Amino acid sequence: MIVKISFSTLKDGLWSEYLIRFVLGGAATVLTGLISRYFGASVGGLFLALPVIFCASATLIQKHEERRKRQAGVGGRRRGQEAAALDAAGAALGSIGVLAFALVFSLLVARQALWAFVAALVAWIAVSVAAWWAWRRARLSARLRRIANSKRLTSQRPNWARSAETDWSMLR
Amino acid sequence: MMEYVVRFLVGGLAVSAFAMLGDLLRPKDFAGLFGAAPSVALATLGIALLWHDASYAAAQGEAMMLGAVALCIYSILVCQLLMRRHWNALPATVAALPAWLAVAVGLYLLAGAGV
Repeated sequence: MIVKISFSTLKDGLWSEYLIRFVLGGAATVLTGLISRYFGASVGGLFLALPVIFCASATLIQKHEERRKRQAGVGGRRRGQEAAALDAAGAALGSIGVLAFALVFSLLVARQALWAFVAALVAWIAVSVAAWWAWRRARLSARLRRIANSKRLTSQRPNWARSAETDWSMLR
Repeated sequence: MMEYVVRFLVGGLAVSAFAMLGDLLRPKDFAGLFGAAPSVALATLGIALLWHDASYAAAQGEAMMLGAVALCIYSILVCQLLMRRHWNALPATVAALPAWLAVAVGLYLLAGAGV
């Protein structure tokens, strides 16, 4: 199975970190309400996709990854940055799902409010997972193509070049 | 005042729930989908329906589509800053926020503010 649930990651989190996310989430919701009140519903609507929560999540992901690598006795700054970058790539794909959520909700809310929420959530998860799946497949096939190309280049190299390469590797 | 207290509590709970769900899931790129979850939107649109009406919530939903496009560009920018420029997560995510705002407001103005 590609997607896994890991409860051990919850142990990495501190209560203060959950509190920060709670406060940021509450503050973002209040901010959206205030902007809608003073500048109108549509300007406030822009801020429903404000990535303020993502700032906290990406920072925590980098911190957790660095801590894990430090405990394993290796420097983890680069790994932490890579983990946060993967999270950002996921967020980019998730934003396509957010677009689908907003579209379905705004189309259906005038007819049936409760079902508009349900349908919008289904659209969000379906589109997000489909985008993630397509991206993963594209990455995998690109990687396979690179491996096949490098194998082809190696086999096309003349024998003297291949043996020279072996000699150099022995000297290292 | 009561509306804003409810907003704070509901928004905080929705964001925490999605964030916790994202923490549980692996791989990290899949968990990232929950980093862009419409948690603030769920809280805000629910309250908009309670305190206002469906047309108000629909207007917010339509503008949210422009915000989502800006979110996509923002996330790609953050990813590039982390991978190519080797920035840390906090400065990268904060420095890219003006880009989100510029794209969101730019799209809103391009749409003729009639969203």
